[in-house]
Amino acid sequence: MLGLKCRECGRVYPKEVIFVCEYCFGSVEVDYDYDAIRKSLTKASLANRPKSLWRYRELLPIDGEPTVGLHSGFTPFFRAERLGEALGVRELYIKDDSVSHPTLSFKDRVVSVALTRAKELGFDTVACASTGNLANSVSAHAAKAGLKSYIFIPADLEMGKIVASLIFKPTLVAVEGNYDEVNRLCAEIGSKYPWAFVNINIRPYYAEGSKTYGFEILEQFSWRAPQHIVIPAAGGSLITKISKSIKEFKLLGFIPSDSKTKFYAAQATGCAPIVNTIKARSEIVKPVKPNTIAKSLAIGNPADGYYATKTVLDSGGWAESATDEEIVDAMKLLAETEGVFTETAGGVTVASAKKLIEQGTIPRDESIVLCITGNGLKTQEPLMNRLGQAARIKPSLAAFESELAAQLADAETRGR
Amino acid sequence: MPVTVRIPTPLQRLTSGQGEVQCTGTSVTELLADLEKRYPGIKERLCDEQGKLRRFVNIFVNEEDIRFLQGDQTKVKDGDEVSIIPAIAGGC
Repeated sequence: MLGLKCRECGRVYPKEVIFVCEYCFGSVEVDYDYDAIRKSLTKASLANRPKSLWRYRELLPIDGEPTVGLHSGFTPFFRAERLGEALGVRELYIKDDSVSHPTLSFKDRVVSVALTRAKELGFDTVACASTGNLANSVSAHAAKAGLKSYIFIPADLEMGKIVASLIFKPTLVAVEGNYDEVNRLCAEIGSKYPWAFVNINIRPYYAEGSKTYGFEILEQFSWRAPQHIVIPAAGGSLITKISKSIKEFKLLGFIPSDSKTKFYAAQATGCAPIVNTIKARSEIVKPVKPNTIAKSLAIGNPADGYYATKTVLDSGGWAESATDEEIVDAMKLLAETEGVFTETAGGVTVASAKKLIEQGTIPRDESIVLCITGNGLKTQEPLMNRLGQAARIKPSLAAFESELAAQLADAETRGR
Repeated sequence: MPVTVRIPTPLQRLTSGQGEVQCTGTSVTELLADLEKRYPGIKERLCDEQGKLRRFVNIFVNEEDIRFLQGDQTKVKDGDEVSIIPAIAGGC
């Protein structure tokens, strides 16, 4: 890591706690010395490294050894044949962060990097504004790292996400407002208290962690880039960082430099500021007031909306959104075909991909990756009364056969 | 009683380290002009060459994003609170 650089005007800053360009208010991004990285990070060296996100550590913004999230990352990537068949496509893959260690979402990646860097920068207290997944992850990693944590969430979050923060004993603050209001409050708290707000004042470091989701796709796809990637969008950062991961692996010669990948943004219809901007081929992201069951994507004022839009349009990709009902149907479809229980955000990705395929926007005979970034056990509320029920019986064979008579009519029995 | 304007950290160097300053004006545009008079140099940080608010600057009047109100023509009155916040926070 060399230092920080403004994404807009290119001004250079030291690698300290700086998150916005003092001159143009553009966001600053980490700058690396790729010539030096090329010498130590090779395919051969990777073969002997631990299967965690830290295997790509030269491309992550830390100075010393990683100290947080040593077991996070390197989640499953697999061919989704049954879902592919259901969607009518030939080559479909899932990158599954619903089983990320330790808090079951891709936020473990950004938090591992953010807290390692926060410790290097001398912070003893970390904080975040979150719709739940980030809250869970900061709480857990801070507990393990022995850091104090302040976690700010909208007051109406799903119970699973509240419990999965409280168990780690952070100071949890439920703010009466939506995520955008929580975020604005945190920006103000952050300028008063000297804490590492992972998604605010140490955001340049934090955001780089998302690249590892992309690096892993490329490595697990046998050092190739897929032709299409469908990505859920909240603040829009993940889209830009997956794109960056591809650029960096091309630069290092890990994947063919002439490969082309199209990116697709997926949002809930009740909160689709980025999708709206892409569909309008505009540069101006109009904020919205979120109203969706996909609470982890309910950011009405996406910080990286402009860059996400640009990344998608420059790649030749597109965007789609899903209604609450489509989200639940897609969660069920993914579970029934692939055995993966994702949260509402994953339903958004699958439902949006389905629409893009049906429209002919994503071709049926090319490689497609769906980004599944969170776990369904955390967002059970929208599924209540939307699934089948257990057949409740007395513990007797007769009760079993009488209750399930319809299903058992054609069932084979042991010849006794 | 004037309008209270909260200044984000990156601009506090221009306000002698103050996180909150008092300004007068009847609209966001007038407020920014008054801010510039009191703290020269601050407006060019917030607005581009055409005088439009920069892409990454969010302004809130009494906690409401001015893009949901009347943009830089949003009215302000004495006692209102205005926050200037970089559009950098994110994550979910």
